[in-house]
Amino acid sequence: MTKAIDQKPSLTRRKTLKTLGAGALAASVGCYVQAQSSAPIKVGFQVHRTGIGAAYGRWYDRTTQAAVAKINAEGGINGRPLEIVAEDDGTDPKRGAEVVEKFATQHGCDIAFGTLFSHVVFGSSPRAGELKLPYFVVSEGHHVASGKLNRYTLQPGITDVKSQVQAMAPYVAETLGKKVTMIYPDFAFGHDHRDYFSAALEAQGGEVIAKIAIPPTETSFTKYFPKIPRDTEVIYHVMVGPAVLTFVKEMGEFFGPSKPQIFGFIDSLEAVDLSSPGLEFLEDTYFWEGHPRYAQANQTEYDKTYRAAVGVDNNGASISDPKDVSTYAHMFGCWETLHIVKAGMEAADYQGPGDRSKLIEAVEAMTDMPASDAHPQGAKVFNGRTHQVFGHQYISRVEGGKLVLAHTTSIEDTLYEDEVDYTTQSF
Amino acid sequence: MSSARSAHILHLGVLGLLFAAFFLLPAYHQGNLARILVLAVYAMGYNLLFGYTGLLSLGHAVFFAAGMYGLGLAMHLGGATPAPAFLAGMIAALLVAGVIGSLALRTVGVAFMIVTLMFAQAGYLTILYFGTYTRGDEGFVIPQTARALWGFDLTDPTNRYFAALILFAVVLLFIGWLVNTSFGRSLIAIRENEERARMLGYDVQRAKWIAVTLSGLLSGMSGAAYALLFGYAGATFASVQYSILPLLWVLLGGAGTTIGPLVGTIFMFYLIDFASEVTSAYMLVAGVAFVLLTLFAPTGIAGELRRRALPWLP
Repeated sequence: MTKAIDQKPSLTRRKTLKTLGAGALAASVGCYVQAQSSAPIKVGFQVHRTGIGAAYGRWYDRTTQAAVAKINAEGGINGRPLEIVAEDDGTDPKRGAEVVEKFATQHGCDIAFGTLFSHVVFGSSPRAGELKLPYFVVSEGHHVASGKLNRYTLQPGITDVKSQVQAMAPYVAETLGKKVTMIYPDFAFGHDHRDYFSAALEAQGGEVIAKIAIPPTETSFTKYFPKIPRDTEVIYHVMVGPAVLTFVKEMGEFFGPSKPQIFGFIDSLEAVDLSSPGLEFLEDTYFWEGHPRYAQANQTEYDKTYRAAVGVDNNGASISDPKDVSTYAHMFGCWETLHIVKAGMEAADYQGPGDRSKLIEAVEAMTDMPASDAHPQGAKVFNGRTHQVFGHQYISRVEGGKLVLAHTTSIEDTLYEDEVDYTTQSF
Repeated sequence: MSSARSAHILHLGVLGLLFAAFFLLPAYHQGNLARILVLAVYAMGYNLLFGYTGLLSLGHAVFFAAGMYGLGLAMHLGGATPAPAFLAGMIAALLVAGVIGSLALRTVGVAFMIVTLMFAQAGYLTILYFGTYTRGDEGFVIPQTARALWGFDLTDPTNRYFAALILFAVVLLFIGWLVNTSFGRSLIAIRENEERARMLGYDVQRAKWIAVTLSGLLSGMSGAAYALLFGYAGATFASVQYSILPLLWVLLGGAGTTIGPLVGTIFMFYLIDFASEVTSAYMLVAGVAFVLLTLFAPTGIAGELRRRALPWLP
């Protein structure tokens, strides 16, 4: 009995506390492991919901949601779902930088993504670099490949304006004519077209005989058309902003039935229905398209799948509203970028913000991207040094009020010398 | 306690609060506050002209942009270090404000508003026209490596915050001092009754020109600081919306009060930040808030505070 009294109880208070403590620790570690393994990967989506980029923003949003739904349905990234944290940047560089800060320091996003307008990219990129937040832009600006940004900014899902423009020159010179008059907006985007196309056309033995810059505040264009030289064989036009429709209509009124060859960038008519009144004169003219708006005779299965997932019909408009025309030439960039993020995170075995530099290195290591469900616009080649992707460009001709593919450039046509090597910059 | 002493204590208290805020706030709000402090300098510059002198300008973005591009181009094209570049920004703003002031002040009232608006638009188009150097609407980045002032890396959140706070403090104390000088009081006299001030023997035109120039200089300092601390200069900052923003900040915070511009800038920043999480029509929310404040507190938040509780508020 004494023995029994002297015996220490097998479960002392200290032991109990230790056991409970260990249990709690194990449970919390378990939770942590669980959190690491199944918590969503947060993608800060900088979206132009308001401001000049709103039409693009609406379709970038739809494409992004469709891509996320597909990726999550296929098991997410490393088994973790993607979660979009969308913030409107008002298509404004100041707000853009604030939104990037918000992604990094308030929402705890793993990456930021989705910006289109160049000035917003320029305004936001320094903050992304300082906050060490991978910033995947879908802008088609030459800013990334020009070396003006930083190692945290990448553009792997859409080609840049320099490669697009220079790839047009061989076709324009050989097929349409060698004497070109350019009409472009008098700001940076237009100047890029002016400079890169002029140089590329000269290399093809052609010549830009007039460069007509239109001030961005202009609302009527009739006074500019008489400046077009008489011996012009091809008009090259690229306009953006709310007055584009007026521009195209007034150009039609000016030329009437006897027009020269006309080649434009579809930016002039993104999200605009080609059957809008006044656009009839565009028949037989040519357009650059980043991705053919109308389903073509040789449509790939990848394009078919992508089109259905985003909710776009064969005419490039919303399935639910045929008047709601998409920004088809650009928005594929969101879809492809998110698939590259997935591939990069899986290659880097991405676990959390501590692996951001590994993610960037994994993307930098990418090269060939064959056409697939992840790359419905076509095959691409990524240049890890310049953080820029290169791919096929499309030239379409307006036939019967629809854009019909006339030419597909090679990827080689779009390449140019490296202007930067971001991989030499430290993290 | 005299009003001047109370005002002095208030200013030091505000600065103390802002100092403490850095250690108390989470990273996101620290970053926001750094930005707000820089923009509040712009609002204070605007307030000097609008709130104290009674001149409503619709073209202050040109001064903000002059400072921004003065610094930005000196660094981007001239390879200048931040200190001389900041000086270049101040000189640019001073010159632009001096010239525009001397021309715009030939008009009064609505004409003054329109002339300043037109000058700002001319400034915006000038930036676009010289796109080869300014990169127009796209703007340019000031690299992280170039943004170190006297050994302090201004891209570091702590250094950035305190650089913004120092600039804000200098301008706040300067305004607090200025409005109590005889010159400052002459500006208020002009605002209250320009004819009477002229009859009393004040050189009204000269005082107004100095007010425009000083206001432009402070706005330019804000623009230069913004480019330096946040690494970007672009034509958007010269567009008309950036002329309207300081007017809204000052009206919301309280025109003719020293702390009103800060209050208004904080209020508007967070109003948009919160509202944009709820709806894409966040500018509508800001508009409604503005209408309500105009109806029920026409003198702004600080102005209402002065009217109801703190008559000594500077």
